[in-house]
Amino acid sequence: MKIDHSQPLEYSTEQNRLNILGFWIFLGAEIMLFATLFASYFTLVDRTGNGPAGARIFEITPVLAETFLLLTSSFVIGLGIHAMRLGNKKAMLTFFVITLLLGLGFLGFEITEFITYYHEGATLQTSAFTSVLFTTLGTHGAHVTLGLFWGTFIVLQVKKRGLTPETANKSFIFSLYWHFLDIVWIFIFTFIYMKGMT
Amino acid sequence: MGFFTRFLIPNPSPVIYTSMVAIGVTILLIVFGLTHFKKWFYLWSGWLTTVDHKRIGIMYLIAALLMLFRGGVDAVMMRAQLAVPDNKLLDSQHYNEIFSTHGVVMILFMAMPYIMALMNFVVPLQIGARDVAFPRLNAISFWLFFMGAMLFNISFVIGGSPDAGWSSYFPLAGNEFSPHVGTNYYMIAIQIAGIGTLMTGINFLTTILKMRAPGMTFMRLPMFTWSSLVTSVIIIFAFPVLTVALIMGTMDRLFATKFFTITDGGMDMLWANLFWVWGHPEVYILILPAFGLFSEIIPTFSRRNLYGYRSMVASMVFISIYSFFVWTHHFFTMGQAAYVNSIFSITTMVIAIPTGIKIFNWLLTMWRGRIRFTVPMLYSIGFIPLFTIGGVTGVMLAMSAADYQYHNTMFLVAHFHNVIIPGVVFAVLGAATYYWPKMFGFMLNERLGKWAFWFLTIGFCLAFFPMYITGLDGQARRIYTYSESTGFGPWNMVTFIGTVLMAISFFLIVYTVYYSIRHAPKDVGQDPWDARSLEWATHNPVPEYNFAIIPQVNSREAFWDAKYKGVELFKGDYEKIHMPNNSGSPFIMSCIFFVFGFALIFSIWFLAIIGLIGIFTCMALRSFEIDHGHYISVEEIKETEAKYGGVNK
Ligand code: HEM
Ligand SMILES: [Cu+2]
Repeated sequence: MKIDHSQPLEYSTEQNRLNILGFWIFLGAEIMLFATLFASYFTLVDRTGNGPAGARIFEITPVLAETFLLLTSSFVIGLGIHAMRLGNKKAMLTFFVITLLLGLGFLGFEITEFITYYHEGATLQTSAFTSVLFTTLGTHGAHVTLGLFWGTFIVLQVKKRGLTPETANKSFIFSLYWHFLDIVWIFIFTFIYMKGMT
Repeated sequence: MGFFTRFLIPNPSPVIYTSMVAIGVTILLIVFGLTHFKKWFYLWSGWLTTVDHKRIGIMYLIAALLMLFRGGVDAVMMRAQLAVPDNKLLDSQHYNEIFSTHGVVMILFMAMPYIMALMNFVVPLQIGARDVAFPRLNAISFWLFFMGAMLFNISFVIGGSPDAGWSSYFPLAGNEFSPHVGTNYYMIAIQIAGIGTLMTGINFLTTILKMRAPGMTFMRLPMFTWSSLVTSVIIIFAFPVLTVALIMGTMDRLFATKFFTITDGGMDMLWANLFWVWGHPEVYILILPAFGLFSEIIPTFSRRNLYGYRSMVASMVFISIYSFFVWTHHFFTMGQAAYVNSIFSITTMVIAIPTGIKIFNWLLTMWRGRIRFTVPMLYSIGFIPLFTIGGVTGVMLAMSAADYQYHNTMFLVAHFHNVIIPGVVFAVLGAATYYWPKMFGFMLNERLGKWAFWFLTIGFCLAFFPMYITGLDGQARRIYTYSESTGFGPWNMVTFIGTVLMAISFFLIVYTVYYSIRHAPKDVGQDPWDARSLEWATHNPVPEYNFAIIPQVNSREAFWDAKYKGVELFKGDYEKIHMPNNSGSPFIMSCIFFVFGFALIFSIWFLAIIGLIGIFTCMALRSFEIDHGHYISVEEIKETEAKYGGVNK
């Protein structure tokens, strides 16, 4: 493997550059995935059958908490990548761990939110609206869950192997993924919650 | 339902029992053969764990041919059933299952992997690369496709096949009207294979963007690579839509969600829309690479440059974008507003323009060329008039008002087979013949190949042209029988005869391979067709590392210029070559996917959970794995090059 020292570590080998481009393309596919979910959501949002509509079940507090946690985590992972560029392994690891904890908090709120909905009579099976609501939120939530595992593995690897072209590459790609989830959440927040509550 | 009863076939028939026995015997024979000839290790180390794009391509090819056989048997059974009025060969349920599986198998498990086979084999060679961008991901793609295909194929011996058509419209595909597990198979098998396809799209887009040999600018890319590039982009935009649609369909069936139900707010038209937002671009995912292949074959055998290179590229890009704006033509008659129909009617017809440009370019390439009528060229020449007929009837279908007359009739069936068989099947058969020496180091017998071509072409005309007539007369598709008084009988008999001719051509093709293995000369040189692009600049069969030295490209037809204008392709000295290591994990992970899919289909939850954990464990292990690949030393390269008949520089 030829290492090009004029580039940041995560870009420093041919394979690293390929990985990053490939991941961007993968994110393109992910955009299509969520776009399809949103399109389905807009199609079905008013088709509530005998179940509740969004305005009846959405609650602002947990949603704001989730938004706050996820946005902060996205900021923190940015700091982590910055630290990585400076070669400060310890700071980077700290920021990554904080990111993951914030992500965990997000997930905690989301799960309690789902349980509340359930108790208010909105289950996956209630109506087309609740089906698509839970599926869209759930797909995002599942991405976050996967991200938590993935991030943990990366933290362990950086801890053990240090900042090499490989671990830097993985960390950088993970940060792209995490920012992406954040952006999707902004759409969820605006078009599902904000729009649904008014 | 008891635990075991759900595995039973809901509508058993002698045909199915016979297939069960045949499958069992085949598996036993394979196991016995591998053990007897002590090939288990070779199979594992040479093929199951390979990450070499050429071997993956060959595995795709074998799988596609097997599936062509499977889909072909379905086709023959359908036409046999329809050959005479009031036939009792198949019952309606069985007929439903056959046309559904025929459609899925042919499109997703035959045509797709066949295209993937050629993409895998040819694209890295054409751009002068050593491999694809993500070799291991490539192996995962193949094995996911393969497991999806196998899962789909066991449906007719375990639990019953899908019977709601290849488009699986709801509410027909919902639990109420399709109570047995068939549609679960549909949803989950296609999902697994589809994930593989998406990964292929990402892989090839990255490869073509980043791994071109020095000097290979975009306007110097060979046509097939261009078509693969465009196709990859369509895959990346279209397949996620299918993923979502299938997830929703699966959830409706397994968890009683309400996406596509009639009650509780569900909307069956949402399925139709999502399905065709994927489904229409899907046919371009098949046809554009096929166009690319014709654009390789026709210049080679006309001994002329491709006419209108730039317009070829432009029309392809145009088609790829437009393919996303026509999906509604699949349901003109399902009650949408007239202005919607008009818009989609026009967008659909517009696609004929770039397609027409391409046809003229091929004709102009042949014009004043010195044509050699080899088998690949025969397929290409046969393609042009037949495909044009299919295109014209397509425009007829695109007239939304007229479509009320012939939608869901045999006219439609005739139309799409008329584009897909000359377009895709001719392309891949011709291309397989064309690239055969590159893949295996010997040529296929030309005489037998021509026989197969003529059987296929004549069979095709007999099989499908009568359907236009009966279709306009009102013979509906997806109907298992008709009465004497309709007068469809004789035409359907002609169709049956045509189908038999096509089946014969399939066996001729298989026989050609067998015959050529035994009798063809083994030293055909590296460029037996006197071709033009880079894939012919390396040995036959291609060494592991493709090119001992990465070629330097100076023109659009680099290899041709190297041969006839003395331009040097390979400059510099040998250097050690970095190659990826083989890995068993793609195969193992895909096997777990198979088990997971099977468990979901039959709602065996504990197994599904174990499978899911297994998949994530594989991914976790992969994350921690350190695998830097290996190097091929300069001595080894020299040795290999010498063995392949002279050092190639
Ligand atoms: C070997 C020659 C073939 C014959 C004789 C044949 C015949 C048929 C027949 C009779 C039908 C069903 C018509 C009905 O709905 O009643 C059908 C449907 C279909 N065929 Fe073929 N076919 C052939 C090859 C292919 C190929 C090569 C492809 C695609 C690559 C293909 C794709 C389809 C599809 C997508 C359907 C629609 C299935 C559905 O209605 O759900 N066929 N074919
Ligand atoms: Cu279409």
